[in-house]
Amino acid sequence: MTTTKPDFVYVTYIATTPEKLWQALVDTDVTRQYWIGPNATDPGHVNVSEWTPGSQWEHQRLDDARTVDIVGTVVESTPPRRLVLSWARPNEADDASKHSRVTFDVEPLGDALIRLTVTHEDLASDPKMLSGISGGWPQILSNLKTFLETGRALPR
Amino acid sequence: MDIDKVFKALADPGRRHLLDLLHKENGQTLSALCERMDMTRQAVTQHLQLLEEANLVATVRRGREKLHYLNPVPLHEIYERWIEKFERNRLGTLHNLKRRLEAHDDDKA
Repeated sequence: MTTTKPDFVYVTYIATTPEKLWQALVDTDVTRQYWIGPNATDPGHVNVSEWTPGSQWEHQRLDDARTVDIVGTVVESTPPRRLVLSWARPNEADDASKHSRVTFDVEPLGDALIRLTVTHEDLASDPKMLSGISGGWPQILSNLKTFLETGRALPR
Repeated sequence: MDIDKVFKALADPGRRHLLDLLHKENGQTLSALCERMDMTRQAVTQHLQLLEEANLVATVRRGREKLHYLNPVPLHEIYERWIEKFERNRLGTLHNLKRRLEAHDDDKA
């Protein structure tokens, strides 16, 4: 548990199980289905990692070069309940002062309902990242909910 | 999530003002919000409770403090439901025009 004040807290309720939600977070082929930004020309992204504590993760754009847009380290991985990642631009990967931190908390609320809380902290020193993220997370979470509840890939 | 709760929560000017305050500065305590609201602490607490039930406000505990955050996810779902992707550019242009024309009165826009 960190003690810094989060910059953003996003909550969504999804009719699914913690296990399916977890798979959607860590399975590269599933991340492809909902990491799509609001821009129609966005080719989408996937997240790639071993997802064990200490391992690296990459947020790869689905272009021909597989451009890496965000990198970080898996800080905590407790399937299917909690995933904590550090979050940085590739050219700032070695400068810990430029890293922010994302936490996914999955709380089961019943048979097939979960509450997903996404917390993003330590962004304050990076206004540009902060503004990009504040528009981005609601879109991704809305996509994720649609994908898990309907099983359909999103149009792109 | 019950969409009726979202619209009911939004149907009150005091609650919309609370959302505006969180939009301006995310992660405020109850005391900080009360200082900026012209109503009793108890009334602010009740409004926040309704906003939280509608999932428009999310809370996080940090030590002894409870911090309140604007949670835009339900609003984004409303946006996705009724605003087609191809309309975004035109609406964006209209919105910018409105902002520019009303610049002298921006805070109330």
